[in-house]
Amino acid sequence: MVADGGMPPDHGPRFAERAPDALNNPQLRRNFRRAMDGLMAKRAAQFPDPAYWAELRERGAAVKARALSRLPDLLERLESRLTANGVQVHWAETTEEANAIVLGILQQAGARTVIKGKSMVSEEMHLNAHLERHGIEAVESDLGEYIIQLAGETPSHIVMPCIHKNKDEISDLFAEKIPGLERTGDVDELTAAARRVLRERFANADAGISGVNFAVAETGTLVLIENEGNGRLSTTLPPLHIAVTGIEKVVETLDDIPPLLALLPRSATGQPITTYVNMISSPRKAGEKDGPTAVHLVLLDGGRSRVYQDVELADTLRCIRCAACMNHCPVYTRVGGHTYNAIYPGPIGKILTPQLQGLDAAGDQPHASTLCNACAEVCPVKIPIPDLLVRLRREAVRPTETPATHLPVVKDGGAERSWTESLVWAGWRLVYTRPLLYRMVTRALAWGGNWVPANAPLMRDWTKARAKPRFKPRTLHDLARERGYLNEVPK
Amino acid sequence: MTITNLAATNTAAAATPAARPDTVYFFGTCLVDMLYPEAGLAGMDLLRHAGVRVVFPEGQSCCGQPARNSGYVEEAREVARAQLDAFPGDIPIVVPSGSCAGMMKTHYAHLFEGDPDQPRAIAFAARIHELTAFLVNVLGVTLADKGAPVTVTWHPSCHSLREMGVGDEPKALLRQLANVTLVENSRERECCGFGGTFAVRQTAVSTAMVSDKLASVRETGAGTLLSGDCGCLMNIGGHAEKVADGTRCRHIAEFLMERCHGG
Amino acid sequence: MSAPPNTARDAILGRLKAAPGRPGPDLPPWTPPTYADKLARFRQMAEANHAEIHDVTAANWLERLATILNNRGVGRLMVAPGTPRGDALLRAAAQGVPLPTLVPYDQSVEVLKDALVHQVDAGLTGTRGAIAETGTLILWPTAQEPRLLSLLPPLHIAVLEEDTLHDTLAAVVRDQGWAAGMPTNALLISGPSKTSDIEQTLAYGVHGPKELIILLVRKEGE
Ligand code: SF4
Repeated sequence: MVADGGMPPDHGPRFAERAPDALNNPQLRRNFRRAMDGLMAKRAAQFPDPAYWAELRERGAAVKARALSRLPDLLERLESRLTANGVQVHWAETTEEANAIVLGILQQAGARTVIKGKSMVSEEMHLNAHLERHGIEAVESDLGEYIIQLAGETPSHIVMPCIHKNKDEISDLFAEKIPGLERTGDVDELTAAARRVLRERFANADAGISGVNFAVAETGTLVLIENEGNGRLSTTLPPLHIAVTGIEKVVETLDDIPPLLALLPRSATGQPITTYVNMISSPRKAGEKDGPTAVHLVLLDGGRSRVYQDVELADTLRCIRCAACMNHCPVYTRVGGHTYNAIYPGPIGKILTPQLQGLDAAGDQPHASTLCNACAEVCPVKIPIPDLLVRLRREAVRPTETPATHLPVVKDGGAERSWTESLVWAGWRLVYTRPLLYRMVTRALAWGGNWVPANAPLMRDWTKARAKPRFKPRTLHDLARERGYLNEVPK
Repeated sequence: MTITNLAATNTAAAATPAARPDTVYFFGTCLVDMLYPEAGLAGMDLLRHAGVRVVFPEGQSCCGQPARNSGYVEEAREVARAQLDAFPGDIPIVVPSGSCAGMMKTHYAHLFEGDPDQPRAIAFAARIHELTAFLVNVLGVTLADKGAPVTVTWHPSCHSLREMGVGDEPKALLRQLANVTLVENSRERECCGFGGTFAVRQTAVSTAMVSDKLASVRETGAGTLLSGDCGCLMNIGGHAEKVADGTRCRHIAEFLMERCHGG
Repeated sequence: MSAPPNTARDAILGRLKAAPGRPGPDLPPWTPPTYADKLARFRQMAEANHAEIHDVTAANWLERLATILNNRGVGRLMVAPGTPRGDALLRAAAQGVPLPTLVPYDQSVEVLKDALVHQVDAGLTGTRGAIAETGTLILWPTAQEPRLLSLLPPLHIAVLEEDTLHDTLAAVVRDQGWAAGMPTNALLISGPSKTSDIEQTLAYGVHGPKELIILLVRKEGE
């Protein structure tokens, strides 16, 4: 969407301004804390042996890194294998193009209703809204996605989209939206109600749309994992299946799948494996009694090829969307997914949003992290999220260029450039690289630093929740001199 | 061929049991220099009591982390270069902060990428040790407690845990003290919400984090929180003071010196 | 640069190919686990996945199955004609063995949709083997034994031969050379359909089967 009059698009309040709403909602905080504590414990139980975990994730990270190093080649191989298997492959530069492709396929097939399996790429595309504008009804079938679709909300987590809602909120929602359903606090009854409604949707859907977890170039196989069976239904029962995925999901060989499958569900939900691993290599063949007669794959770039230009930032593309980084993030745990106001929340979102949507859209998100490393510690493909956050902070104040295009490596590079800040750091550098000057300044602070008023810039924010730090009358340099620690290293 | 950017946290490799050195450098850190000099002094005193000569080079200032974390990488590199110059001898550099140690040990190589000083930066990084890990793993200190009975709880900094790979060492030191009871708090491994400029840029989230951290400390009933990082102490201690909580927040070096050598 | 790209495909691939090259790492060694007692591991993990395992033999499986079905009051069982188990059941029913009404999956889903979606209580399939590590069944549906048979009926009964157990997925994919010829749809199934989307509370049968019964055909003499 382009805003009028050359004004930058309004991306709404920044993270720091949105956070208090969530922080002041005790129910929301309890919901998240409880859920994240559970997920962390379950994940930890899946990796009891640190040596095996290290070996497995090295392998997983290398599989993805190797695939990325050959990305254009693998995409071409994937395309030719899939085509040979009878799957039709489409390429989309932007989410708009991807929407148009999906709509075109559906219209050509005369489809009016679509049943959807969970797909974050389709969220990126805002596909449901696009289809609805063109008279096609798209119903989410993953229970969590169905719940938030009923509520008119967006996912707050990439694996558990309705994790922000508790049972009571869901019973109220179901009682209001599902005809004939009484309010019930029983999870089995709620689940059964959704099954009844969605069964009919499945039976009558003209097409199924799904995401893809891994696409295997060697065999032309789309691998989808899930627990509910809705993914299998979406890709098997309707006569037409359209899969949408990002170009970074391709891996080279079928042998690459087992280590990734050993990492993904364990990291995501603490399960050794999901109930279903669904590997699709072709549409229904002659003589087969079920399965869609046509299968399409839409490969979405959506900014990924730009990310790919920078070898460091391209580590982002290793992501297998397990959500472990958000489950373990002390910030995400407290504010939940909606505070990020983006498709991808949490640590992965903080590095992905600025790169896919631009630094303007991401606002202060690269700074909404203490760099505590909890995310990098658990990431199954070893994405150095904190280092990439630092890199993006840098791109926001001092952008680097792509040599070929002379464009900033990251969209809206330089968005946060500030002369005052640059001056502060220039001054800091001057003082901290000149020992004599440094000692003069620190002595001056030792003498007068405590007179800085509590309402001075920065101090004002610091003292909202904390006492002023106290400068000591003598610095460590002074004490070291007094105690004779300034001696030379013996030759 | 291997690629270099696969390392997520560049966690320092388990220190190969270095030979016990006669002399070590001490890198005080800028925060300790101005706000917690007693902690720095205690660190040096502990090393001296353990029988090594300590050298505090006067040219030192800061590891460069504040600028790097704000995206001002060039400024960080120049300040880092000043540290390379200030610690020329080939002896260990001991740091009373997991975070500053982590900056130097795990980020200098990348910080100096493409810079003629990169080899020097890598060699420098290899000499970096976090204080408590150095006391335990390299010096193998034994401590004799002379203090009155007290209960304490421990806060590891995120970077000591996840960059320096410091695990049980500080707690092992505390367990050597006969009259000290160490109780663990329920969210020991969780960040306290400091994060440098995070604390002022994201005040609301930072406040929520530090108040949860203090609550988990309070739950233990220990009146004293110890840590090896003054950033965390400034944050948690500053919050305790603001809400008049009464929890004492102290650097472990100071605490150990006071109990074993009378301060 | 060559002529400007005129399709999304060319543009995307062009950008990727123009990007700086990067070395791909060699794959570091990874040794997937092996199990001295595969069966014990499989049993433990499959039961943890909420599957119900019944030990049977080649001689008594049908009789045992009939009892299980009777005890559960299964009225309509869908079977796959043209598969050994499906044909055996159809023959037995014809000979008067007391079994539920057998519904053969012998026409396309378009014809049988209503029965599949609304009427049958259970579906019976074979398996291609199983994975001990995770308690997982391997199914490669075929023209005779279609994909939805293991998915739409509320109860899925799967027949597993003891000697088709493997340690891990990595081992099966490698040992059986899967890459040489993948079927239309290869499936790994670990327990019945489940969700924990509502307050992380486990609930079964949200879309697929609520129950999974594994008839484990033991080797003779054990
Ligand atoms: S960044 Fe890593 S931890 Fe986060 S979702 Fe992606 S793969 Fe999982």
